[in-house]
Amino acid sequence: MAWDRNQMAARAAQELEDGMYVNLGIGIPTLVSNYIPDGITVTLQSENGMLGMGPFPIEGEEDADLINAGKQTITELPQTAYFDSATSFGMIRGGKIAMAILGAMEVAENGDLANWMIPGKLVKGMGGAMDLVAGVGHVVVVMDHTNKHGDSKVLTSCTLPLTGKSVVNRIITNLGVLDVVEGGLKIIETADGVTEADLRAATEATIV
Amino acid sequence: MKKIYENATEALADLLHDDMLIAAGGFGLCGIPELLLQAIKDHGAKGLTFASNNAGVDDFGIGILLQTKQVKKMISSYVGENAEFMRQYLSGELELEFNPQGTLAERMRAAGCGIPGFYTKTGVGTVIAEGKEHKDFNGETFIMEEGLFADLSIIKAWKADATGNLIFRKAARNFNPPAAMCGKVCVAEVEEIVPTGSLDPDHIHLPGIYVNRIIQGDHEKRIEQRTTRPAA
Repeated sequence: MAWDRNQMAARAAQELEDGMYVNLGIGIPTLVSNYIPDGITVTLQSENGMLGMGPFPIEGEEDADLINAGKQTITELPQTAYFDSATSFGMIRGGKIAMAILGAMEVAENGDLANWMIPGKLVKGMGGAMDLVAGVGHVVVVMDHTNKHGDSKVLTSCTLPLTGKSVVNRIITNLGVLDVVEGGLKIIETADGVTEADLRAATEATIV
Repeated sequence: MKKIYENATEALADLLHDDMLIAAGGFGLCGIPELLLQAIKDHGAKGLTFASNNAGVDDFGIGILLQTKQVKKMISSYVGENAEFMRQYLSGELELEFNPQGTLAERMRAAGCGIPGFYTKTGVGTVIAEGKEHKDFNGETFIMEEGLFADLSIIKAWKADATGNLIFRKAARNFNPPAAMCGKVCVAEVEEIVPTGSLDPDHIHLPGIYVNRIIQGDHEKRIEQRTTRPAA
């Protein structure tokens, strides 16, 4: 047993605090908006130029001018504000966004993050990820603990080109939650049906 | 002062030449200057470098200029949606300079403001930082990025008046203002040209000083990923 995508997103949503401005990455992080706890108001930033991102539209109300950073059709909210990309990354670089939740290919025990490139193979680009991890104060990674070969994605050091150096604060995987601390990673909790031994066995990084 | 042109072909006729650097607005397929891109395809200018966040899809946006091999180089942050792009890049036919998205936007904005370089934390410790000047401020390391000065800007807005004052709509604003600012000449395509005086001066998103030519046309405004929720 372990968490599925939705359970990982629900767990990541527990990180949110009332009043936060938050940026959610593409993939599982996008699902986090479905699990914002009752009584908490957060404002979601979409780095293509929007604060106050609403849910997907109902069929027939899709608007080509209203998409999120994953290029999906979305809706606006009463408090929504739009702005250009330079302003959008100005607020990211200026440290105004409290938290970024994003996916990863690899995370290292010192907080290094790789999520944009596999040399000679996949060429998609970093998008806004390098800006987000460099500019946002608290970075939470949500990803599967292992790759499709069963190898740990939580490593002593990243093998892929970095997105940011020593930028990750917390890692939420299908197996549990780990924090980047002095000397390595600290287990904060394990997923349903996962033991601490399971988590350690699936992790290449140093656990302190 | 004549800024309004009949169509995209006429607006670009004396501006296009081979090997030029063009800054294009848009994010994904949202807010892209689709009519101007089609006119560039029809013109046939080649060896082009595009500074654009994305490269379109195979049959829309900058993708149509990849099909015709008119693009020599892309300066982009994310290009994952385009099979022909991937093919040309992996085979070495197409040069690619990845810029972090905020760095790309700021390079455009900075150039438009006459700023030749600026420092940012984005990319420190990554391949992006290789070969760039590093400088410490208050104990933190930054890298220098250069302003991106384009020969031509092509953008898309919602409404313009005859003087080129622009209003964008929702998330289609994205890269259009910074892309507009960084070119020697800026051509804007809009959905509607309205009489001068009918736009509220307090609501102008981009003042006409940045816009040299305007065309009005019908836009396909293609949706890249149609996502919906069930009706309640």
